[in-house]
Amino acid sequence: MPTTEQLLSMYERMLLIRRMEERLSADYAAGKLPGAVHLYIGQEAVAVGVCAQLTDRDWITSTHRGHGHFLAKGGDPKAMMAEIWGKRTGICRGMGGSMHVADLSKGILGANGIVAGGIAIATGAAFGARLDGDGRVAVAFFGDGAANQGVFMETLNVSTLWGLPVVFLCEYNHFCEFTPSETVTAGQISDRARAFGMPCAVVDGNDVVEVWRAAGEAVERARGGGGPSFIEAKTYRIQGHLEAEAVILDGKYREEAEIEEWRRRDPIDRLREHLSAAGACDDDGFAEIESRVSGAVEEAAAFAAEGEPADPELAFDLMFVGQRP
Amino acid sequence: MARRRYIQAINDALLEEMDRDPKVILFGEDVELAIFGDTRGLLDRFGRDRIRNTPICEATLTGMAVGAAAAGYRVVLHMMFSNFVYTGFDAIANQMAKLRLMTGGQLNLPITVLAGYGAGRSTGAQHSDTPYPLLMNLGGVNVLTPSTPADAKGLLKQAIRGENPSFFLEASGRGAESGEVPDEDYTVPFGQAAVLREGRDVTVVAIGHMVKPVLGVADELAERGVGVEVIDPRTLVPLDEESILRSVERTGRLVVVDEARDRCGAASHIAAVVADRAFPALKAPVKRVSVPNVAMPYAPSAESRVLPDADGVSKAVLGLVAP
Repeated sequence: MPTTEQLLSMYERMLLIRRMEERLSADYAAGKLPGAVHLYIGQEAVAVGVCAQLTDRDWITSTHRGHGHFLAKGGDPKAMMAEIWGKRTGICRGMGGSMHVADLSKGILGANGIVAGGIAIATGAAFGARLDGDGRVAVAFFGDGAANQGVFMETLNVSTLWGLPVVFLCEYNHFCEFTPSETVTAGQISDRARAFGMPCAVVDGNDVVEVWRAAGEAVERARGGGGPSFIEAKTYRIQGHLEAEAVILDGKYREEAEIEEWRRRDPIDRLREHLSAAGACDDDGFAEIESRVSGAVEEAAAFAAEGEPADPELAFDLMFVGQRP
Repeated sequence: MARRRYIQAINDALLEEMDRDPKVILFGEDVELAIFGDTRGLLDRFGRDRIRNTPICEATLTGMAVGAAAAGYRVVLHMMFSNFVYTGFDAIANQMAKLRLMTGGQLNLPITVLAGYGAGRSTGAQHSDTPYPLLMNLGGVNVLTPSTPADAKGLLKQAIRGENPSFFLEASGRGAESGEVPDEDYTVPFGQAAVLREGRDVTVVAIGHMVKPVLGVADELAERGVGVEVIDPRTLVPLDEESILRSVERTGRLVVVDEARDRCGAASHIAAVVADRAFPALKAPVKRVSVPNVAMPYAPSAESRVLPDADGVSKAVLGLVAP
């Protein structure tokens, strides 16, 4: 069980992700963001529970829905916000955007716009860690949609074969873009990993403690040379595939009642109730956290707004090291 | 200087670079047995941590190359035949070629991808392709097409020591051919074409496999009083445009001989560069001798029909000087 201090820290991080994304949702609606954003609202317990088990030297790869992973792994909210605004003060100097936030100094190998695109990268980093023998671990976050890509099976095979320190973290958020997962997915995703003899856990992805515990076991196994693990965290994508999807979609792919049902299982509310019941934090305490988080969001938004637009010449310098494209 | 076969020169470069830097690792399908000969002796010398067989899973291997590079390794990924570049193309096009930009320059990717390319040995449509036009179009990867053992060794060393993803395309049909290779440690810089033969009448740019037949044609035409200047770009990305333009400004005529398919091929790109930048110097249209837009057929009779050959090059050159 995490300590009270750890729980409070995870609560604050989850709340930071939530409030940052609510801000991004509003910014998008107000036309302030140049590109699309895919929000992680409702899934915060997964990123936070897992990343609480990692250090800056461990790696993660993330998805197009990557803001939560970035912030959970210690990425700077200001630099992330500025990136999404397309500013030169962004973490990727405005060259990546929402779908590609990365901070190598924190082991964040990047959010990835290709579904399943991060899995093989994490596996390759884990191969490097295995050769170094220094106990580093790579976690590949991916969704239920990615589990239907062939590369998922390939990486399960090679990582098991070579005993690589990688954790496959499937966030089952019930949707493959605009398509309910059960309509495009045969069997149980965890059975695919189990078929390779890989240790598997299926957890409630809206329970940060359960995620934290499963991730702890998997990370410890990987650090100790015990090879890869698979975790499926059952959760739910509260927002659409992307913001403003209602504008582009003609019909609907889910019912409001279903969304409401999952709102009642909100991972942040649940942790708050748990902390209250345990006497770990009272209303004043929560208000204080809320105020710190909202300060951080305001600071990030101001930083993003003040930044200069990205350098239009920079792409020519960045394609290669020491070479023009 | 020592005489080495093309494939031996590649093998020498791998041995020397893996000796030189313990961070160089090599993986791919069947590399332990060295089916092409280029990875011979590596397993005995360096062990399975640094060279190992992989499952057949190119989509994963290209992504893993990116991850292992991010973890601090210098990765050599052997993809066997160039057509298998297609099965691994997602991580090549979407990750390898783009991550440096997308991360704002946080990530360097010292990755060298080896693959044999080219037709002429009845390997059929799925083992004969010449994929460099696709790779050239990605923007973020270097494309190397050595035609001689010395260039093969020098370019491969440069690729492995470099910080950028590079595709080292082995001319499959040239593996057994020998040439002089310097004894000392050397590299061949990218973006420097080699003028293999000087001539005043026609510039012929020949790529990879095509260099050898073109040199033969140049010898033959010299006897008939036609001076052919032969340029081997050696790397297509970066491309030494200046050397090509300098030559065309002198000769006023250009033929590009390219084993890739014609449409959007390397020859088309070079023709476009010359049209853009040296149009006033041209005394005749630019001619491309390349592969028609067909899949490579199997039968030798059908294969030779579509591959550029000495006769085709000769006709193209003569067509420009004596229209």
